[in-house]
Amino acid sequence: MGLLSLFAKPAPTLLRLPSGSFTVDREGCVLMGTLPSSYPRGLVKDIAQQVRAAFGEAAAAQLPLTELVIHYASLKIAARELRGGAIVFLSPKAPVSPMKPS
Amino acid sequence: MDRRPKILLADDDPDLLDMYREILAQLPSRPEIHTAISGARVIAMLEAEPFQLLICDLKMPKMDGLQVLAIVRRKYPQLRTVALTAEPDEQFRSRAYALGVDLFWHKPGTEQETKMFLECIESLLGRETEAGFRGMQSKSLMDIIQLECISQSSSVLRITNGPLTGKIWIQAGELVDAEATDLRGEPAFQKILSWRAGNFEMLPVEPSRPRTIFKSYNALLLESAQAFDESRGGVTAEGAPQAPASPLAQLSQVEGVEFVLAMKPGPGGDRVARGLENPERTAAWARQSLDRFRALGDRLGAGPLAQIEGFGQQRHVALASQGDTDFCVGWKPSMVPDQVREMMKKVLALWAS
Repeated sequence: MGLLSLFAKPAPTLLRLPSGSFTVDREGCVLMGTLPSSYPRGLVKDIAQQVRAAFGEAAAAQLPLTELVIHYASLKIAARELRGGAIVFLSPKAPVSPMKPS
Repeated sequence: MDRRPKILLADDDPDLLDMYREILAQLPSRPEIHTAISGARVIAMLEAEPFQLLICDLKMPKMDGLQVLAIVRRKYPQLRTVALTAEPDEQFRSRAYALGVDLFWHKPGTEQETKMFLECIESLLGRETEAGFRGMQSKSLMDIIQLECISQSSSVLRITNGPLTGKIWIQAGELVDAEATDLRGEPAFQKILSWRAGNFEMLPVEPSRPRTIFKSYNALLLESAQAFDESRGGVTAEGAPQAPASPLAQLSQVEGVEFVLAMKPGPGGDRVARGLENPERTAAWARQSLDRFRALGDRLGAGPLAQIEGFGQQRHVALASQGDTDFCVGWKPSMVPDQVREMMKKVLALWAS
């Protein structure tokens, strides 16, 4: 049993999906938000950068967009364009109930 | 020829890797076990040689298990994957299954759990990797239904094929009902049978399901097989050759569609378009956006990218993939977001069928 108890191991931690919103200005600076402070700032900036770039590239391709919604299997990102910046909403999708075989 | 399966085991703890190696060496299939101490090493090893199974710890530094599995599931869809965790958590379990892992397993802590773990791993190694219905590889859906009916089982089969979902109800070996998109009964059953691959799950029995199908399962399966043969032969029931219909033309007739662009992945991939004046520019944007958000999803551990929707005053646009084809569809600006979402599902379903 002592051997098997080795299966439990502390740290590193797994990152939970973020829930909340933030705004980013036209320079790419994250201004304010309601995301948990434990969520890595680097990832928030990454999301902001990708969203801003997507709006910019859409306009350059003559498909100007005011809103973007990105659906992942476990997360939804909704972004609204704000004069070169954006407001971004992040919502994890509800866990799926386990299916029991009959 | 006897060939030992290869397992790649990933954990950031070398002691645990040694222990798993010993435990997995007891498997009847006598697998070759390789180990990786980081996510980056996993990717490098998979690029260097083929494996049948990846067992990946979720908590690893730098690149965690969910990020590793997201990349692996996209790059090596045939590889069997198992996520291991010491802390059972509904969100992580749900995210792992959303990524398409075969098994999410709480690290075994007792002898009994270890035994069950080994049985599951052995079962995964025994499955074929050919196309078919995930959950029972190498079996067609017809085989699965026949098995259920012959064994007089009662069950509900949920079948998914990309964006399409269908259900088949079986009571004591009789087909009683089917449902697929907006179809019900026999037409729904025939529709589901026309899907050649996908995933299936067994749901709990619903004994009170009203009966809408009264034909025997044998007759229905025979009709489906005939319909499939006819569609492959490209002949009508009367034997006259069918004129090939352009699938893209059909898509562009869906209500609200302004343009359709279908592309094979990669910068040089083929593309076809309808209703676009400058398909090159739109294709470049669509590819860039899909790549951008797929990569972001990997970094966030958010699971596969399902769909991107963009809303503008001139037009709306939606991006999604079906099989090995990426789609960019332009929609009328008068449509509301929910309509775009639903109609995009219809476009993908049309393409899949």
